[in-house]
Amino acid sequence: MDRLSSPDELERVRKLIIKNREPNKPCLAICGGTGCLALGGAKVIAAFKQEIQKQGLDSKVDLKVTGCPGFCERGPLVLIEPENILYQRVKQEDVAEIISETVAKGKVVDRLLYLDPQTGEMIVDESDIPFYKKQQRLLLANSSRINPNNIDDYLALGGYAALSKALFKMSPEEIIEEVKKSGLRGRGGGGFPTGVKWESCRQAHGDTKYVIGNCDEGDPGAFMDRSLMEGNPHSVLEGMIIGAYAIGSHHGYIYIRQEYPLAVRNAWIAIKQAEEHGLLGEDILGSGFDFNIGINRGGGAFVCGESTALMASMEGKVGEPRAKYVHTVEKGLWDQPTNLNNVETWANVPLIINRGADWFSEIGTQNSKGTKIFSLVGKINNTGLVEVPMGITLREIIYDIGGGIRGGKKFKAVQTGGPSGGCIPESLLDLTVDFDELTKIGSMMGSGGMIVMDENTCMVDIAKYFINFLEGESCGKCVPCREGLKQMSQILTDIAEGRGKDGDIELLEQLSTAIKDGSLCALGSTAPNPVLSTIRYFRGEYQAHVKDKRCPAGVCKELITYRIDEEKCPGCGLCVKACPVGTITFMGKKKPVVLDQKKCIKCGACYDVCKLGAIKIESGK
Amino acid sequence: MKMVTLTIDGREVQAEQGKTILEVARKSNIYIPALCSHDGVAVYGACRLCMVEIVHRGRERLVASCLYPVEDGLIVRTDSPRVSNVRCMVIELLLARCPDSEVLQDLANRLGVDKTRFKLEEGNRKCILCALCTRACEEVVGVSAISLVNRGVNRQMATPFYAFSEACIACGSCAYVCPTGAISIKDVGDTRIITMPNVTMEFKLKRCKTCGRYWAPERQLDYIVKTAGLPADAFDNCPDCRD
Repeated sequence: MDRLSSPDELERVRKLIIKNREPNKPCLAICGGTGCLALGGAKVIAAFKQEIQKQGLDSKVDLKVTGCPGFCERGPLVLIEPENILYQRVKQEDVAEIISETVAKGKVVDRLLYLDPQTGEMIVDESDIPFYKKQQRLLLANSSRINPNNIDDYLALGGYAALSKALFKMSPEEIIEEVKKSGLRGRGGGGFPTGVKWESCRQAHGDTKYVIGNCDEGDPGAFMDRSLMEGNPHSVLEGMIIGAYAIGSHHGYIYIRQEYPLAVRNAWIAIKQAEEHGLLGEDILGSGFDFNIGINRGGGAFVCGESTALMASMEGKVGEPRAKYVHTVEKGLWDQPTNLNNVETWANVPLIINRGADWFSEIGTQNSKGTKIFSLVGKINNTGLVEVPMGITLREIIYDIGGGIRGGKKFKAVQTGGPSGGCIPESLLDLTVDFDELTKIGSMMGSGGMIVMDENTCMVDIAKYFINFLEGESCGKCVPCREGLKQMSQILTDIAEGRGKDGDIELLEQLSTAIKDGSLCALGSTAPNPVLSTIRYFRGEYQAHVKDKRCPAGVCKELITYRIDEEKCPGCGLCVKACPVGTITFMGKKKPVVLDQKKCIKCGACYDVCKLGAIKIESGK
Repeated sequence: MKMVTLTIDGREVQAEQGKTILEVARKSNIYIPALCSHDGVAVYGACRLCMVEIVHRGRERLVASCLYPVEDGLIVRTDSPRVSNVRCMVIELLLARCPDSEVLQDLANRLGVDKTRFKLEEGNRKCILCALCTRACEEVVGVSAISLVNRGVNRQMATPFYAFSEACIACGSCAYVCPTGAISIKDVGDTRIITMPNVTMEFKLKRCKTCGRYWAPERQLDYIVKTAGLPADAFDNCPDCRD
């Protein structure tokens, strides 16, 4: 491929790619994202390739391994274009039938369709599935339409048109103005106005300036950045090149965690292809603007997602944060002005340049514009990656998109913003999703984690879990975070194990405030959120643990007892087999089993295996 | 040098731009406790005892005074309730970590904290991980014989592999800067013994050719000879017996 040396050439190549495509030819778009691969996607892909050849349909059907369509709960996913038929939970065994029926004869295989649990209807078209209906997939939609390893797919959908427009029709100042006007705020968690950051970096003194794409996603259960980087890497690159041009930078880095091998690979391939096409490197599209991007692989420390720790890590130093009283836009990587944005932020930039700030700022709320990607996980029916307009309510996300709580249970809380976000109770479910609204109630937008919890969740246990996580991820530099989280974890463990005493809840609150106010970086200053929010909204549950030595949700092992309901137990003996420590004795057929409390380790294996509800969890020591 | 005017606890203070709040406050005899700062090494901002409340562009927030550069019109409060809460909590946390440290006990008394409510840790530790020793060793001495190892709650100050450090020149700078007396140094006969939280090391002392007394660690003198390009016999005599 010759390097493209002008906007006209880019458009000519784009037209040629589109011309050579057959829009009506069947195309199997199979998810090659990490979620579907984990569910056996690679075997399904291999089976499709083999079957197409076997049935001699090579010339009649296209096969495309794409990024993540988001409906991870139902993977492996296969989308059949142009009809947009979505097959879910596809196995190797289903492949031959899909080819011979759907591809060859145009017949839909009913059993692979999504069945709406509300209406009992089978849904053929992907866009009719309730999971997708309330989403606004500006950033994610293309992931399931393109092969991330083929730049032609991105170009065919209008890729790099924004770059061309920015380089040839806009001045750096105009770009910054447009991004400022759009109201775009940082998607990594901080929510800082992107355009303002760019402007400060442009105005900062320094010959060399850097731009960084932060793809060091470390929140448990979050995979927004990974999916974007795996599924549509060119959208991130295009945003970064435009940003670099606006800021006046010629060197960029993407910091991706090593645990995301597919994201690293796809980003790498995308960079190479963009370079070959003259969209990256020297004299981009003949504009005279030079910019290159390197990849830096993170070693897996959660704290390295914090910008100053990330930069220290890139410099080869220990990944520890420093105070940001001198901003990184003035003194960042190697003490040079540096503009760091999350990859999701970067991916928004081409949209804003293409369609304008006015269009973008119409989506969302007063102070939070555009869409936000969330990874919706936990006790929810439709686990997956969702992209919603800012201003949608939590209830809409959880019930309309997420399909409600798994197993018909009751909703208890939702945690937004990753491990250091707050837990939001049912009474606040009609809250609109917006940077400021979430902060107001003691949680945060964070980078977009969303963990849904049901009635069987103990909020003390949840707070303990997240504080343990953060304690393990604290870099240890400053006292409030290192020593404070250690003591906080100790107090929570004491409460959960029945050693809580009067004054513990108040001490937790006082300590939380000190950690918030006193920590050096955002890891520490947000770490008390899960404790403060659970105390704020579920204080009674803490009191039950401390005063009555009870765990109302039946979770904290030291505070619960498993009992056999003698009236319900038919003596089937399933629990006897399941018990790992032989604490349940079989007393003969049709006689209830006997559980020896002294030996019971409270693992819950008997409870899980009993289908008759004959094992009861009693709260109280 | 540009001068700026700021207010600390209601007092108007003139200061050089670029100085930190802590430096300026100390010069003006305004007390701010601090354990991890020292004039000899670069600022670090880890102990968080020096937190103060500032009003900047109408917004109140807490900052580490050892890191925050003064600016014109800055309003600083060193004793607001929020500041006091952080300081008292930090000292309570440190007391739980190092229950036997007299320095911390004295500081706690000064801050009005009589005891810690947190679980006391075992091990009779004195080290608060302020990194003054490792920073002095790296920045001032230039040998990096000691460093901080492990991460987070497992962080420790140590020599490589907790063993005798080949890079250590036994100069004792670490013991000198340690604010809590966690590192001790003792000369016994021809030997210098340095005791650190995780290791004890012994070093040979050099004997003066003239008076015969053991006066400085051999490694330290060798290091000075090497780095300053002095003749090999430059330190054969102790300072008292030199011409």
